[in-house]
Amino acid sequence: MSANHDGANLLEVRGLTKIFGTLTACDHVDLNIAKGEIHALLGENGAGKSTLVKMLFGSLEPNSGEIFWNGQAVRIANPGFAKKLGIGMVFQHFSLFEALTAAENIALSLDDGSPISTIAAKARALSYSYGLPLDPESLVGDLSVGERQRIEIIRCLLQTPQLIILDEPTSVLTPQEADKLFETLERLRSEGKSILYISHRLEEVKRICDRATVLRHGKVVGHCNPREETAASLARMMVGNEVKAVVRAPADGIETAQPLLEIRALSRKPATPFSIPLKNINLTVRAGEVIGIAGVAGNGQGEFFETVSGEVLQQDAASVRIRGKDAGGLGITGRRLMGAAFVPEERLGHGAAPRMKLSENLLLSRHATDGKVFVGTGGMVKSEAIYGAAQRIIKAMDVRKSAPDPEAAALSGGNLQKFIVGRELDRRPGVMVVNQPTWGVDAGAAAHIRQALIELARSGSAVLVISQDLDELFEISDSIAVMHNGELSRPLPIAEATFEKIGLLMGGAEPGHAEHILETA
Amino acid sequence: MDITVNILLTIATAATPLLIAAIGELVVERSGVLNLGVEGMMIMGAVGGFGAGYLTGSPWIGLLAAIAMGALFSLLFAVMTLSLATNQVATGLSLTLLGLGLSGMMGTSFVGQPGQRLPNLDIPGLTSIPVVGRLLFGQDPIFYISIALTAAVAWFLFKTRTGLTLRSIGDSHTSAHALGIKVIRYRYLAVIFGGACAGLAGGHLSLVYTPQWVENMTAGRGWIALALVVFASWRPWRVLAGAYIFGAVWIGQLHAQAFGIPVPSQLLSSLPYLATVVVLVLISRNKRLTMMNTPASLGQPFVPDR
Repeated sequence: MSANHDGANLLEVRGLTKIFGTLTACDHVDLNIAKGEIHALLGENGAGKSTLVKMLFGSLEPNSGEIFWNGQAVRIANPGFAKKLGIGMVFQHFSLFEALTAAENIALSLDDGSPISTIAAKARALSYSYGLPLDPESLVGDLSVGERQRIEIIRCLLQTPQLIILDEPTSVLTPQEADKLFETLERLRSEGKSILYISHRLEEVKRICDRATVLRHGKVVGHCNPREETAASLARMMVGNEVKAVVRAPADGIETAQPLLEIRALSRKPATPFSIPLKNINLTVRAGEVIGIAGVAGNGQGEFFETVSGEVLQQDAASVRIRGKDAGGLGITGRRLMGAAFVPEERLGHGAAPRMKLSENLLLSRHATDGKVFVGTGGMVKSEAIYGAAQRIIKAMDVRKSAPDPEAAALSGGNLQKFIVGRELDRRPGVMVVNQPTWGVDAGAAAHIRQALIELARSGSAVLVISQDLDELFEISDSIAVMHNGELSRPLPIAEATFEKIGLLMGGAEPGHAEHILETA
Repeated sequence: MDITVNILLTIATAATPLLIAAIGELVVERSGVLNLGVEGMMIMGAVGGFGAGYLTGSPWIGLLAAIAMGALFSLLFAVMTLSLATNQVATGLSLTLLGLGLSGMMGTSFVGQPGQRLPNLDIPGLTSIPVVGRLLFGQDPIFYISIALTAAVAWFLFKTRTGLTLRSIGDSHTSAHALGIKVIRYRYLAVIFGGACAGLAGGHLSLVYTPQWVENMTAGRGWIALALVVFASWRPWRVLAGAYIFGAVWIGQLHAQAFGIPVPSQLLSSLPYLATVVVLVLISRNKRLTMMNTPASLGQPFVPDR
């Protein structure tokens, strides 16, 4: 080690490159991680962060470049070897097995062959010592996302790694859970461990990270000390240019405006053993306003969206009312015909058919509502009209693409999302319900989508946005309600809402909170 | 009394091939692979077992040949679905069609020939005990293998680390891969194990049940085994229960038909299927448990990115 002039570096990466087909996901990336530091890896979606850490963990093989561990050149051929070196990873998309218990999940990543009961005891002890209490006997399928992440972290710590890689760890946590995580990370740093922290949340990077490496389009565009930067300057490094701030014009007279979407005493039994029942949900969205629904993933938001959009019908037709008429018994097309529009969470496969062209995807969702325009006599499709409408949407939403009318799957996530949102906005719907409008969308596209949603509301529509991104909800909503364990809180006007209040509600601070409100319509 | 013992023995003989084939397929499906080629692997085991026994004069060599034949045939499926990532349903179906055709061709010279039969167990002093002697100590060797196999697979899946790993692969192959588990290797071994079991089950037909070669002699038993695995919600002891219920009702309705009970024979013939489905559905009506035991990645091809 003394031969190494930079002996304090635990990990050094030189010129690491990974090519998928024609895309260079990582292009000669350099990275140094010192012992006992929290190092941030910043970048937008698609900047190559996940590809880089997958190479460090041995899940992907680099095309070229070198990795040095404690000054020694190493080839990390598989995750097993990475673990042996002392690299642990907490995955963004959890690599847990739902049908197994927490202890079994942990045992699977330890290669020591000790009995499950021993591992369970060790995991329990470790989890309590770090203040992340865990019941090793519980089934992962029954746990909340925050609890699942605890399993991942404990599993990682049990391997006593020197370097811990965390991939977007707070995207699924409440602010309070995130604070708990930061405490744990600071304790690990004080124990001399190094942490590679991947995030696009700039405030928390500024708060806990010692150094940062910024990636853009697969290339390193800068190293910096995040504490000396502002969130805006970090964002500029990530995006490459200024991100236009979203403007939310004040909404006047909402209290007296006409309710366009009303949810009354909506309940739903769990569809599968692992899904969440909805309990007595009440909500009114009026003309001109944006209401946001916050909540940790997996608290019933998906189930709620399905019942509002009509993918699942209700027994009680009055439980969902659109523009003053009962809609609970109608399917998606029926509700669309009443003037509502819906954008589901998954872009590919749910919001759009991946192998079909954009114009065809447009026809798929609007053949009923715009039948006169798009379908002629005898059911013949009017390709010209559809193509023209698709181009109109592409122009309005600034969708970047490589062909005039490409397949949906050929677009990047952000551009496809702009098209899908634009497809619904183009109808000027009276009621718009969107689930995770900017999930995995780059900052520029996200700002565009958010601005469009606000403008739709101000032009007299009711907009309901379900999102896990609190920053987003604070940016666009007039009121925020919180979904927890299948119950919906009373909406807090944005002037009264704070991160702390919403965070407490997200953690379930108000059990049974659906009971004591009954909106008067 | 003797009649009861005889009936019980025929039930065991009818249930054994179903049990063995289903236990093998259970391991395959627990690893997340759906092999619809059970019928094809079984018939290949039957023709291989009969042929080797007939040519060498030893039913034991026939038994080994049946196992080897099933395993070899499943290797074809493994290469196609695991290494080349073909559609598992289509590949499994074609394996069945190929097996039925190929076995017919291989067996043309065996038709009508006398076969070898595996001798029943005979332990002096024990087998001759009245009633239980023949049930416990006087059956064919494959019967004992089938019971031992069920116990071994149940122990392996739920008590060993390797079994846990296998189940985890069936639950989510992407997660397993991310942890560094060698998904494809485990699945190869599981598929070959399933093939060996199907071959053994076929060997039981041509070396014990009816020691002769008849084209299509598996008569859909591979499909019943496949259904048993699902209805038993991927639990080994439930598979055993299902196989024996099927065997019992099957033998029962044969006797009923022989007695000339005034019920349409078509209805009687369908009883084993109905009874098995009803009983197993009742056993697995706990949705939550079924969900836990269903391999979530069943039938999905897996291509690791490198």
